[in-house]
Amino acid sequence: MPDPQVTVNGQPRPLAGTPTRTNALDFLRGLGLTGAKEGCAEGECGACAVMVARPDGAGSRWTPVNACLVPALALDGQEVVTAEGLGTPERLHPVQAGLAAAGGSQCGYCTPGFACSMAAEYYRPDREAGPDGFDLHAIAGNLCRCTGYRPIRDAARALDGPAPADPLAERQASPAPAAVPTRVDGFARPADLAEALTILADHPDAVVVAGSTDWGVEANLRGRRASYVVAVDRLAELRGVSTDGPVEIGAALTLSEVEAALGDTVPLLGEVWPLFASPLIRNGATIGGNLATASPIGDLAPALLALDATLLLASTTGDRAVALADFFTGYRETVLRPGELVRAVRVPTPLAAHTTFRKIAKRRYDDISSVAVAAALDVVDGTVVRARIGLGGVAATPLRARATEAVLEGRPWTQETVEEASLVLAGEGTPIDDQRASAAYRSAMLGNALRAWWDEEWDEGERQ
Amino acid sequence: MSHLSERPDDAVVGLALPHESAALHVTGHALYTDDLVHRTPHVLHAHPVCSPHPHARVARVDTSAALAVPGVVRVLTADDVPGTNDAGVKHDEPLFPDVVMFVGHAVCWVLGDTLEAARVGAAAVEVDYEPLPAIVSLTEAIDAEHFQGGRPVVARGDVEAGLAGATHVYSGVTEMAGQEHFYLETHASLALVDEGGQVFVQSSTQHPSETQEIVAHVLGLDSHHVTVQCLRMGGGFGGKEMQPHGFAAVAALGAVLTGRPVRLRLSRTHDMTMTGKRHGFHAQWRVGFDDDGRLTALEATLTSDGGWSLDLSEPVLARALCHVDNAYWIPHVLVHGRVARTHKTSQTAFRGFGGPQGMLVVEDILGRCAPLLGIDPVDLRRRNFYVDGQATPYGQVVRHPERLAAAWEQVLTDGDVVRRRAEVATFNAAHPHRKRGLAVTPVKFGISFNFTAFNQAGALVHVYKDGSVLINHGGTEMGQGLHTKMLQVAATTLGVPLAKVRVAPTRTDKVPNTSATAASSSTDLNGGAVKDACEQVLARLREVDAGRGLAWEELVREAYFSRVQLWAAGFYRTEGIHWDSTQMSGHPFKYFAYGVAAAEVEVDGFTGAHRTLRVDIVHDVGDSLSPLVDIGQVEGGFVQGVGWLTMEDLRWDESDGPGRGRLTTQSASTYKLPSLGELPDELNVALLEHAHEDGAVYGSKAVGEPPLMLAFAVREALREAVAAFGPEGASVELASPATPEAVFWAAERARGEAPDHTHDGVVEGLPGAVPDRPDPAAPALHPRSEQAARAAGES
Repeated sequence: MPDPQVTVNGQPRPLAGTPTRTNALDFLRGLGLTGAKEGCAEGECGACAVMVARPDGAGSRWTPVNACLVPALALDGQEVVTAEGLGTPERLHPVQAGLAAAGGSQCGYCTPGFACSMAAEYYRPDREAGPDGFDLHAIAGNLCRCTGYRPIRDAARALDGPAPADPLAERQASPAPAAVPTRVDGFARPADLAEALTILADHPDAVVVAGSTDWGVEANLRGRRASYVVAVDRLAELRGVSTDGPVEIGAALTLSEVEAALGDTVPLLGEVWPLFASPLIRNGATIGGNLATASPIGDLAPALLALDATLLLASTTGDRAVALADFFTGYRETVLRPGELVRAVRVPTPLAAHTTFRKIAKRRYDDISSVAVAAALDVVDGTVVRARIGLGGVAATPLRARATEAVLEGRPWTQETVEEASLVLAGEGTPIDDQRASAAYRSAMLGNALRAWWDEEWDEGERQ
Repeated sequence: MSHLSERPDDAVVGLALPHESAALHVTGHALYTDDLVHRTPHVLHAHPVCSPHPHARVARVDTSAALAVPGVVRVLTADDVPGTNDAGVKHDEPLFPDVVMFVGHAVCWVLGDTLEAARVGAAAVEVDYEPLPAIVSLTEAIDAEHFQGGRPVVARGDVEAGLAGATHVYSGVTEMAGQEHFYLETHASLALVDEGGQVFVQSSTQHPSETQEIVAHVLGLDSHHVTVQCLRMGGGFGGKEMQPHGFAAVAALGAVLTGRPVRLRLSRTHDMTMTGKRHGFHAQWRVGFDDDGRLTALEATLTSDGGWSLDLSEPVLARALCHVDNAYWIPHVLVHGRVARTHKTSQTAFRGFGGPQGMLVVEDILGRCAPLLGIDPVDLRRRNFYVDGQATPYGQVVRHPERLAAAWEQVLTDGDVVRRRAEVATFNAAHPHRKRGLAVTPVKFGISFNFTAFNQAGALVHVYKDGSVLINHGGTEMGQGLHTKMLQVAATTLGVPLAKVRVAPTRTDKVPNTSATAASSSTDLNGGAVKDACEQVLARLREVDAGRGLAWEELVREAYFSRVQLWAAGFYRTEGIHWDSTQMSGHPFKYFAYGVAAAEVEVDGFTGAHRTLRVDIVHDVGDSLSPLVDIGQVEGGFVQGVGWLTMEDLRWDESDGPGRGRLTTQSASTYKLPSLGELPDELNVALLEHAHEDGAVYGSKAVGEPPLMLAFAVREALREAVAAFGPEGASVELASPATPEAVFWAAERARGEAPDHTHDGVVEGLPGAVPDRPDPAAPALHPRSEQAARAAGES
């Protein structure tokens, strides 16, 4: 196996000797590329954003990620572009020129990260030039404390398309670097699933990472260190999508990839994506990782509970299927056995006809839910024949609102039923007081979730 | 027009230029203190050992296990301090404490070859603590009468008579939370002993001279042995005015003791748990109105949450007291102030410096009383504005009140406020579960340091033989565009193109004895000093030129060969200001900056979530020196203020559990600041025209702090939207910050699902809820600067 290395701004950079704990941000800064900054070390601020070349059909896509969360060794064989690689002070990249001229930088500390997030969107192949062509969600994971964002927004909207011979645009026409199997002290990127499972069987204490958006926080903020890290995000067996029959989603697909692959297939998930963290996180975080970390406030779990999803688990001793509703066993605990991986998520079809996702948080985008409610209903001839409601943030695990479901099923779908179900829903779970919300507010939000849905989508009485 | 304010034709000031470092920012080439680590060999990394207790005696510190960790080089403790073990200017901030005063308080610091070694070493240090009782919340401190520092009083007239003569008297309590600065760049220092033997400290500091003084006194050195440089900061907002000193001193101490450079950079969690924030305030108030809704009297007692030590709490409190009037004439005033001592981080300067907290009190009063008076809040605010000839409660005549009135009219007109408020009413009538509100609020903010001595600045301007110009000044760059403006001032004064002028990083060996880059006044002060230095050089050059009209380069060359001095030290002191802290009276401010904002919001009745739909701002920056910079300050300040008032939610563990005193929002995932999604759909900002300020450099006005308080419009709009869920004429109490949860509960009360919703905490009539009247023998403020000035025979 060749020594690990990564291409940064077109130059090969050796990774050999890099400790497993070293994240990509510290690695890049150690090279003297100090444009990327540590603002929070947990993927919330985007000051460390860099672009990596990721597969996109036959070509590749410049994809921004938070460098602070990714182990440097996970970049073996990959291509990275930092703000320094976009342009120089004498020869600014169009995104950089636009930001500078608009007054988009004040203190400048967040600016290189903004430049990378914006550049990635600038190079999105299907982006249309013009003020509405730039998807502002692309910079939702970058925080600026100085400008108030208006000049950054205006700079983004004013961007034209890339020039014909733009090298970074041209790069996207050819394939992204293949995943490179890596085996160094304390870190492995196995070549295939079988190898991954063997390694995990040999190293039951190994930390499994994909986008490392959760483990990266543990390492950076809580000083946790792994004796062994196994990267599974490029395993081909974990990266398939099937919508023929049940929807099956490979566990190692990033949320961005799932979003792109599913399109409008699963409308409930379509509601979740814009509210789930930020694009910088969704470009790293995987669907399997989000479920396996078993956060009680992960937004995907409530939605997938409402969709009656099943997890397909793989290990050297064989595969098994576990209903998501049975997967979580306690705070950050699951039925996953040592050496076992989530291989895929399966959503049964036909999908429920009516779905909604309601996220309550202090901030509209890029925040952690105080409460999340996902509901999926089948209504036949005005009667609820099937109800599934998933909840986040109101117990030690994500959970189904089974009592509320029972109230709804078999009842006419009317405001009276909504009201009766809401009273039950308000009593589901065991919400607590914490810094995000009070228990009373969480219960009130449970109680109002169906009421708000009714008001917005069903009640004929209030229409604009 | 004064000489200071007069602007030549073709001035470079007034041009809309990008930030002078913009091209460096966007490419990642702009260097910040911690970026220098990678170009400094043999650096040691510092990591703190932090107290888990809010208050405890440190019984024993055993560093032996830490020293056994591979890569750990040294542990710095109190025994290592050769000079004074104190990081503050009031001798109440031991650098290495024997009693820890808050969770996160650093007991000692571990130096390692890598940050990892230092971190592991810090975890290995054994500390025995003897826990002591802790006061965590502000109300606990008030109940326990646990105060620190002076207790200033601003008084005018006879408040009892003013209340007795009022038609309506209301009383109540207003509480507001603090705010984390969350500059994107956390505190950083890099110290070394240089080849000349001087201690050289690069620091993210807004006050290099004070950092220098603290480093020197900790090391037991004279100031001339220590040089502090600040390249630039990734935001400061006041959080790097006093807080950097101790960190710089630790790094410098480590460098002196080990002979190696020492880097100290706080992680975000350390920064949030170890450094001070905006003060939360508690205010008790009684207010009187006449038949027409004109304020007759205001009595209030403001208590700030100072945290464990004083640092800037007294001047912050003084500014709060001086802004409790905001834009309103109040004939009879009695306002007491006091600083609570709590076992939390030492709260400190933050954009506005107490002004926002003082102003929030009167805006809260007006917002809550307007429905009870039956007066539209827009009218209520407008009819109480200062008019020409009236003075503030501390005795300063309010100059140019007509400019505030003009800004108000312009916002009403440009914002189409009357028509849109009718639309809001129509919308609200049609939507039981969504309500909108549209509010208009004014800002009047005093510019200058309250403490007169700080209103001085220096600059050093070099003209080289080739005609290029290098300027140094005492101010620091933290994103506010000060360097950009200084370049424009120098180019304008010298009459040279901007490209001829470069600004060098701020260093204490170039310009000594500087004031903090603070109080919005750095352009006024340093601009005056830069202009003075340039004029000295220019006067000499004019003599050389003798009317010949030589080209700049030729003139400079000729001057050199004629042995004419081509550099100058400039100095500026703000004239015409005076202040007596003991009496809390005088003329502390050179002028007032004005602004008006109208904000329209929408509230979701099911959740309390809210959005700002449109904001119209007219703000007074005098004759703008740099419009792009100024508009950036207005917008950025406004959004930061909206964050403080509606989203940013500092929470401490106030329980009696093991986590008591811990900051529970100590990271970006739990402490939320505005993101792009909070930008109003429509944000219109105009700079007030015909606003020449005669007393400031090139007719400009300060802009750093005042726009933050434009955000009151959003808070008041939220109050009106919440009120629309209930019956007309009901008062609404709104928590600050007005998070979705807080707005939801306010809406629940408005909907009448809790008792007493019509007054919502406001007591009507006399005597009402009388504010605490602190002991008249309580100490007044006695700032060092005034004592020194008095000793020198000044007023």
